[in-house]
Amino acid sequence: MSFMRTPPKRADLPADDRSVEAAMMARLRGRDPAAFEELVRRHGGAMLAVARRLLRNEDDARDAVQDAFVSVLRAVDGFRGDAQLSTWLHRIAVNAALMRLRQRPRQTERTIDPLLPQFLEDGHQMQPARAWGQSAEEVLDREETRRTVRQMIDELPESYRIVLQLRDIEELSTAETAALLQMSESAVKVRLHRARQALRTRLDQLFSTGAL
Amino acid sequence: MTCREVFEFLADYTAGELPTAQREVFERHLSLCPPCVAYVESYRTTIQAGRKAFDDPEFAPNAPIPEELVRAILASRSRGENS
Repeated sequence: MSFMRTPPKRADLPADDRSVEAAMMARLRGRDPAAFEELVRRHGGAMLAVARRLLRNEDDARDAVQDAFVSVLRAVDGFRGDAQLSTWLHRIAVNAALMRLRQRPRQTERTIDPLLPQFLEDGHQMQPARAWGQSAEEVLDREETRRTVRQMIDELPESYRIVLQLRDIEELSTAETAALLQMSESAVKVRLHRARQALRTRLDQLFSTGAL
Repeated sequence: MTCREVFEFLADYTAGELPTAQREVFERHLSLCPPCVAYVESYRTTIQAGRKAFDDPEFAPNAPIPEELVRAILASRSRGENS
């Protein structure tokens, strides 16, 4: 089982789907209440899923989806159809979730350093990596294991977790992530690499032994 | 190239963004260093594991939207129009 999170580009859509989307957007621009309800019912679940992935709290996720649909109404006149509708809505949901995250009380962030690999003076790995010998498909086959890995992601320092989620899970580009987080692209790359390394450290025991 | 340098270039390598000359040096190191091969493979698996971790129905694009949330969104739209 694998859920595709980033929809195909608009140009990849069949012509029929493109015309359905164009008609929907025209109705939304005309402030048609039935069109808005149809949009909420058709795309709201996917937007809620995005918010759940990023916020990891059901109440916050639902609030973010409400905020996102307010943004949709504000932005609908500016939607030019360059992107697929679902891609546009995905970005709005991500943004709404990030706004909610920024409203949370700030906590002092733990350093990520203890989870990063260490090296000897000659540049060799201090603790040479061992082959895991199991695929992600095999290890994450069980729901309980997926929950454990989500917990490990949640426990990454927040500024690293967000970059990892936007890049590797929401599948945003480096440029999109940098723009959303108001960071340079090089800072996004550094943070993503460290976040992956830290998560890899947490996963090491799970994958090496297959034990939780 | 040392193991430390392999780790520095790892993200670009896995993204296929390492220039050819650097990639060749990188892969030459891998051909001589089983621990770095193990790390590169586990780094790739980590990326896949992050994605797989959210392969549950509540995080899926076809997740249903609760009816009470639909009603709340429609009500907030009406409030917005009337304010």
